[in-house]
Amino acid sequence: MSKYLLIESRDPFSTNDVYYLFSLAEKLKKHENDVSIFLIQNGVFSARKTAKLELVSKLCSQNVSVLVDDFSLKERGILPNNIVPGVIVSSLDFILDSLANKDKVLWH
Amino acid sequence: MENQENLKKTITFVLMDPPYENARSTSALRLISLAVKRGFNVNVFAYEGAVSLAFLHQKQHGNSIHGRSLEEEDHPNTKDWITAIMQDAKQRGSLIDWIQCGFCVDERGVFEWDIPGMRRGSPADLAKFVEVSDNVLVIPTK
Repeated sequence: MSKYLLIESRDPFSTNDVYYLFSLAEKLKKHENDVSIFLIQNGVFSARKTAKLELVSKLCSQNVSVLVDDFSLKERGILPNNIVPGVIVSSLDFILDSLANKDKVLWH
Repeated sequence: MENQENLKKTITFVLMDPPYENARSTSALRLISLAVKRGFNVNVFAYEGAVSLAFLHQKQHGNSIHGRSLEEEDHPNTKDWITAIMQDAKQRGSLIDWIQCGFCVDERGVFEWDIPGMRRGSPADLAKFVEVSDNVLVIPTK
């Protein structure tokens, strides 16, 4: 079992690639890996409740940790009460911790 | 305590994006700055457009559309952010090694930078960084 951190910086309305990354997270989890997704920059748009996407809630239900960068939320005026339940508001420290722990970290 | 533990860990960041085109530049510098503050040994390999992040002749400008003077606009230049990170590292006694890919510098003509501690290198240096690092984060361009 390996630990993966997938960093998603893009929003799903601009590119379909986001769906592929989320699908990758799902598949890695099914193969019994420890998987986290960190949403940063426009990637945080996926985590809005009002976006009416099921991408994030589906991953949360599959025990994939989904985190969002607090700075990116503030830049975009997204309030914590508009985040999909289960998503964790976090910071860049999480990325550094993953790197320090020698997790497999991928920036998309 | 954490800084002492992190001093033993080395992280390499690989950057590609030029300044002002994408939020990735800001995120990258945020991460590098935080890594320095937390006591990691940091390597940065800047190539492609990222070699322009440190270009000496970046200049601020005002904003005539919104009626702001040069001083009021206080438009940020990435070279100043990098200078601040390098100074912070020096004050903290943290190690940061920033290499500009020479091929990419030459083809873009951005030969000049005035940031102590920054040096010209090549892809061979990236290979060395990878070998000595606990982890590597590549922030790819689109």
